[in-house]
Amino acid sequence: MVDLTRTYDVLVIGGGNAALCAAVTAREAGASVLLLESAPKSFRGGNSRHTRNFRGMHTAPTKVLTGSYLEDEYWDDLNRVTGGITDEPLARMTIRVSAEMTPWMEACGVRFQPALSGTLSLSRTNAFFLGGGKALLNAYYATATRLGVDILYDAEVVNLHVDDGFVRSADITWRGFPATVTARCVVAAAGGFQANLDWMRQYWGDAVDNFVIRGTPYAKGKVLKNLLDQGIAPIGDPTQFHAVALDARSPQFDGGISTRLDSVPFSIVVNRDGQRFYDEGEDVWPKRYAIWGRLIAQQPGQIAYSICDAKAFSLFMPSVYPAIKADSIADLANKMGLDAATVENTVMSYNNSVQPGRFDATGLDECRTEGLAPPKTHWARRIEEGPFYGYPLRPGITFTYLGLKVNQNARVLMTDGKPAANLFASGEIMAGNILGRGYLAGFGMTIGTVFGRIAGREAARHARN
Amino acid sequence: MPAIDALIAEAELSEVRISEAMADARHNMEICNACRYCEGFCAVFPAMQRHREFSAADLNHLANLCHGCQGCFYACQYAPPHPWGINVPQAFALVRAESYAFHAWPKPMGRLFERNGTIVSVVTALAVALVLLLVGALQSSGTMLAPHTGPGAFFAVISYDAMVYSAAATFLYALLAMSLTTASFWRASGGKIRFIHFARALHDAMTLRNLGGGGDGCNYPTESFSFTRRWLHHAMAYGFLLCFAATSVATVFHHAMGWVAPYSLLSAPVILGTVGGIMMLIGTIGLLWLKVLADPEPAAKAVLGGDYAMLILLASVAKTGLLLLVLRSTSAMGWLLALHLGFVLALFVALPYSKMIHALFRTAALARDHAER
Repeated sequence: MVDLTRTYDVLVIGGGNAALCAAVTAREAGASVLLLESAPKSFRGGNSRHTRNFRGMHTAPTKVLTGSYLEDEYWDDLNRVTGGITDEPLARMTIRVSAEMTPWMEACGVRFQPALSGTLSLSRTNAFFLGGGKALLNAYYATATRLGVDILYDAEVVNLHVDDGFVRSADITWRGFPATVTARCVVAAAGGFQANLDWMRQYWGDAVDNFVIRGTPYAKGKVLKNLLDQGIAPIGDPTQFHAVALDARSPQFDGGISTRLDSVPFSIVVNRDGQRFYDEGEDVWPKRYAIWGRLIAQQPGQIAYSICDAKAFSLFMPSVYPAIKADSIADLANKMGLDAATVENTVMSYNNSVQPGRFDATGLDECRTEGLAPPKTHWARRIEEGPFYGYPLRPGITFTYLGLKVNQNARVLMTDGKPAANLFASGEIMAGNILGRGYLAGFGMTIGTVFGRIAGREAARHARN
Repeated sequence: MPAIDALIAEAELSEVRISEAMADARHNMEICNACRYCEGFCAVFPAMQRHREFSAADLNHLANLCHGCQGCFYACQYAPPHPWGINVPQAFALVRAESYAFHAWPKPMGRLFERNGTIVSVVTALAVALVLLLVGALQSSGTMLAPHTGPGAFFAVISYDAMVYSAAATFLYALLAMSLTTASFWRASGGKIRFIHFARALHDAMTLRNLGGGGDGCNYPTESFSFTRRWLHHAMAYGFLLCFAATSVATVFHHAMGWVAPYSLLSAPVILGTVGGIMMLIGTIGLLWLKVLADPEPAAKAVLGGDYAMLILLASVAKTGLLLLVLRSTSAMGWLLALHLGFVLALFVALPYSKMIHALFRTAALARDHAER
């Protein structure tokens, strides 16, 4: 039985990858550790449950990564996707430390596999967890339990008593009952606020009702907000989030990876009014799937419809929900609740502008439109072979960018720039320091692992001094 | 002929009704195929990825390819209580059981797969009772309880003819029924294979490669990775084969050499049977113990009864065989022999209508999988 009256060396708030890495590292360093996961055991692990891989720097092929992926290339990739909204010293430190992570992960029971298929051809840059993020979490939880980390599920932090940057105690509810926890150091690893629709509504209005939250419903941002209200420095644009295009029929929370749709490059996409609004063939899908979330969020009703014909249907990954299928474009439009005449017109003017050219589903090809606005610059083929297939699309929110400002030791910074006395952060709650915009596959897990390890090490050292 | 085969296959395919278990398995596969995180665990997921839609035959094939290692269950972000309730090991166990019943020969016997635990138990009880009764009725009173030693001692209790004819009849029936059952399954799943595919399938089946997870074993009986089940299954399966070899060698001794049982402790049949029996006993009792410990969530309750009954029957065959060896010169030999042969009889009668058919279906599914790669 967990004794909540004792003073722990380290209190870890959160139950995902970053929290577990911090808890295990602190415990390995000899600290007594209490980990509070707000979700019940079956839904433990935050968004890490839906992840799949870890982006790691390496100078030579490893057991789980091919070729090499050096600091500068990694940094260039990050700099490009963030458009420079990052912190170069912190980012480069994260990249360098990522090179040392996989042996420790394996020692914790995490298993990797070769990337086979259905992935974004990332075998050089990304190490894939055998079975995905939930299997990784299972390994970390088993390791944490074996090492003697005290773990409470259904344990939500309601308020941290922060006194001039020093956390004195935490008010929590555990299985619905209030309690107070004290610890010498605190690691905040409680994620972003993307599942807190009321908070999102402040920036996006009623459009949030049309957003799908891809991950855990437990990322309410309560710890983030509580700390920002007590003089901790914020980082990241609070109005922004990472979003992809996914099936509009997805559950509001927790649909995970399966709800994504890869049909866009081989389709045309129309909005509620039956009009195209963006170049579906701008680039290969792995480089474009993330911008489509925002594009759809900006359309009326935050919805769009992907339309393709029989010859395109087998070119993309199977969808979790069956495609809407019809023998004519008009029927398809009717089934999707769109104006048939408008959609027929859109398809006709698209078909008329398609130029002849070599088609290649695997790379940038020569099939494009001429004289169409917006154009479709690759994979543009006439939509003419029945049956026709359609999917409704909505923006799917992965995570928010707002976070706690930290330094190289994962120590949280106050608004006056001074480090907090005994408060550290890791994972999505501080990822905005490095990833201020865009996304790099597997980099969230890298930030969580690297900063989890640093936060755990520093918290244990501080607590035991 | 190929045309006729194709027609038969098509006719049988069209008969495969979409049951509730199959609808559930299809729901699982459609979500898994959009996720694909489990592709590293076993042959099932790469095989799944070759489909966009799942026919009844596809689902039967995939279900029989599944070894029930449970790796995918614990790794699944959509496992219960997630509303999608993905539970591939459970869904496939139910489809497998239905596929055994559907393809059973002769067809009406497929019903025996319902409440299979009860059926196997009743068959066992009847077989044991039958042998005991026959021995009691056919031999003069006192034969069963008197000690017998020296060549022909066993046949003093049960006549050679009775033993050989009943053994041959049940064995040949089991062989015929299992062959026709497997042939029906094979035709329905379709596809041509070459010898190399069959050889690879046999290798995978004999090594239980697909119980290896990603190299750390399977998640059975609980969430942590373990090779225990694989080793226990090996002990049981190879023990069974050694016992079968013992009987085969003894048959050769009897007919070709004219040597009459019981054989000496250092003879081939006794050594093979002893080692095999001990392995079977360790394997079956170990697997039973794992079943008791096992997490009930990924298990399919409906098939557990049949699994338990078959393991207990195999353990009983091994245990009575070993006891018979130890006590063969005492007065217990008579009824132990009757008991042992009763269990063996039950095993062969139940063989085509029990969990044991999985060995053939699994190998067939592995062969098709290798052919499709």
